[in-house]
Amino acid sequence: MNYLLTKNNTTVDLNAIPVISYDDFSTDVSLLVQDENRHCVTYYGWKHLEVLKFICAIADDATAAIYLFSYELNVHEKHHLASLTHHIFAFHIFEREIHENFGIYFTDHPWLKPVRYAYDRADQNNTIANYPFFKITGNEIHEVGVGPIHAGVIEPGHFRFMCNGENVLHLEIQLGFQHKGTENLFLTKSKMSQRHLLAESIAGDTVVGHAYTFARNMEQLYGIKENLKLELIRSIALELERIAVHVGNLSALCTDVAYQLGSAVFGALRTPIINYFQWWCGNRFSRTLIRTGYNPYPLTPALCDRLVGVLDDFEKKYIEMSEEMFHLPSVLARLERSGIITQEQMHLVGAVGVPARATGIKRDIRTSHPFAYYKHVKYEPVTQIAGDTLSHAVIRDHEIKKSITLIRTFLSLLDTMPISEPQQKINYQTLALKPNQFSIALTESWRGEICHTAVTNAAGELEHYKIKDPSMHNWLALALAVRNNEISDFPICNKTFDLSYCGHDL
Amino acid sequence: MISLILILITALLFIGVLNRTRSLLSGRKGPGFLQVIKDLFRMFRKGSTFSTTTSMIFQIAPSVYFGSIIMALLVVPFADQEGILSFEGDFIFFIYALAIGKFFMIISALDTGSPFEGMGANREALYSLLVEPAFFILIGSFSMLSGNTSFYKIYQTMHFGSYESYLLCVVAGFVLIQIGMIENSRLPIDDPKTHLELTMVHEVMILDNSGFDLGLITLGTSLKFAIYGALVANFFVEPPHALIVYIQQFPQVDFKLLLLAIQIGMFMGIQFLWAVTVGVSESFRARARMNRNPLIIFTLTAISILIFFGVLIIMKKFQL
Repeated sequence: MNYLLTKNNTTVDLNAIPVISYDDFSTDVSLLVQDENRHCVTYYGWKHLEVLKFICAIADDATAAIYLFSYELNVHEKHHLASLTHHIFAFHIFEREIHENFGIYFTDHPWLKPVRYAYDRADQNNTIANYPFFKITGNEIHEVGVGPIHAGVIEPGHFRFMCNGENVLHLEIQLGFQHKGTENLFLTKSKMSQRHLLAESIAGDTVVGHAYTFARNMEQLYGIKENLKLELIRSIALELERIAVHVGNLSALCTDVAYQLGSAVFGALRTPIINYFQWWCGNRFSRTLIRTGYNPYPLTPALCDRLVGVLDDFEKKYIEMSEEMFHLPSVLARLERSGIITQEQMHLVGAVGVPARATGIKRDIRTSHPFAYYKHVKYEPVTQIAGDTLSHAVIRDHEIKKSITLIRTFLSLLDTMPISEPQQKINYQTLALKPNQFSIALTESWRGEICHTAVTNAAGELEHYKIKDPSMHNWLALALAVRNNEISDFPICNKTFDLSYCGHDL
Repeated sequence: MISLILILITALLFIGVLNRTRSLLSGRKGPGFLQVIKDLFRMFRKGSTFSTTTSMIFQIAPSVYFGSIIMALLVVPFADQEGILSFEGDFIFFIYALAIGKFFMIISALDTGSPFEGMGANREALYSLLVEPAFFILIGSFSMLSGNTSFYKIYQTMHFGSYESYLLCVVAGFVLIQIGMIENSRLPIDDPKTHLELTMVHEVMILDNSGFDLGLITLGTSLKFAIYGALVANFFVEPPHALIVYIQQFPQVDFKLLLLAIQIGMFMGIQFLWAVTVGVSESFRARARMNRNPLIIFTLTAISILIFFGVLIIMKKFQL
């Protein structure tokens, strides 16, 4: 096998990644991914010089290694390639994306449906209006279409249920309504201030997650050395974001099952956490908190004390409410055995994050490919085995408690750390990106594994920036979870998966 | 006449009390008691908008629905007073008057052609179908016990005083409360506060209604609540015997008027208590999974059959 072995948060020379033929690539990758510990974190192509260059990154959870593969195709020819999806289903979304962007035809791919209608897609005749929906016909079958405009304040996406009575036979999820060309904007907007803003806007609910992943890539490419204290502070921000979103999600879940007490209390508990971000960086959604190479908002002793106070108060109230919720028969009866998805299916679609862990897959980048300060603490992923909506909720509950412990550990380390982090604003004009590099950063955000990769050209400019939100893998898992469930179970399944529309649409 | 006025008053206040209870229990201030009335005025001042895919059915359905509830309301008695109408078999009239309204709501929901509303209509039809035997067995048992088939006479000749009949009334009260909860789309069968079209039952059927029509439906639903409350309350508005004896010691007081005042007070108290009970029970539980709803409703039929056997035992038609 011909690949380059690397780790999370590294840059490699682009030319060091061996370029192999597609056939070799296909055989090697499908052999490699046979092992359940390995999954594809990103696979994409872009126009590099005069060829279409493809990079595929396979992460090995057992050894913390990342295998990089590359192959090249002629830009001007029409290509028909044997599909990898045929062997490893998890590649379906990546191949669909490549097909949409470059018109490359993957034979044996079950259905090369459009992903997000990128502005520079190969076939401009493909529009959101003529999306090819799956159809089931029959006298007893009826279709229910929901969205793209929804009753709640959520993002646009169209769900089409094919039902037999109350039972869902199949769910089609059509996305792409929010496409704003984020990846290309990273290239056209050359100022770092603009790029930071873009990174924070990839998914508005994962500001720290995406901004951190972007900042790491840029630090790697600028050659800024990792600062342990800075990483520690960023880990605190990541865990705080996790707590805030998880508790907000539990509140929304309670609203959906009409459990008023949980909805009100969890909803109120989210506030002190996001308000803490307001004290810290002046924005409740932690915008502007993460900047490449320095820390614009030092965590002063006063802020640390405040965080300790906020967490103590939060923990007391949270535990009381979660005990109540997870022991209430009516809530348990509603959540148990709804939206069951098996581990086998999750492996098949390459699911990540909370939904994957709900079926017992120990996939958590904090443990398997540690980044930030997680390299120096031992974190054991929380898993459940049932794969139903209750196991999602239980995982969130446990993760909130674990995050509190983690933040406390981080805070105690912060006091004793002899070094200090850079706080001086960096003038990025004076720095230059390393030329001809490929940089990769994996982060476990609250939703799951985020993967950003950046490529620089010979002149030291960004040539391509690729974002993979965990939602990319998981949307299909949601569709599988509602199969053979009642249509009225869909809202709680959707809430437990809690996927991003704009993270997918980019 | 008294029952009509009392039910109209309680209908306007009922939802307010219920919502206020829920707000307080979730630690919020919540809207005032009169918000429901304000909303109704707002809606009644507006015109309705009709979708171009709907036909005449959609336009008349809210009025038919409201009219059917008023029709049913006419036969509901108050304590030992007749309703505006009273005749043998009026409880059957009551049920089917309500059913006409429901039927029109169902076909009007289908008339919109929306897949959501079709689903809601389907669920509403199923639950109404399932709840019917529970109500018939319940009232039928009391009808057998009292030897009458009109609401007024059933309530009037109810054999209070024996422990068995009190027991029956408590169980019947429970079943009626549950039926009321189902008919008015409350937890655990339906969630009136949800924004999720896919999980709604009643709410989804009225998604296309607006303005005046929506006002009629909202008022109709409140009235239905108060009607079921009245059916429950009528079992219990009998002042205790000791109190009657005590009042009769004062000849200068108009006995009948005072008794009526006490009855009205008890009626309002029971209605208030019911609204609070619904509010409390809704605050601390989640709704049931949709496919468990038929089971919950069947349970009510089972309890009604218990009442039926109880009546048989009391009437000594059935020897243990």
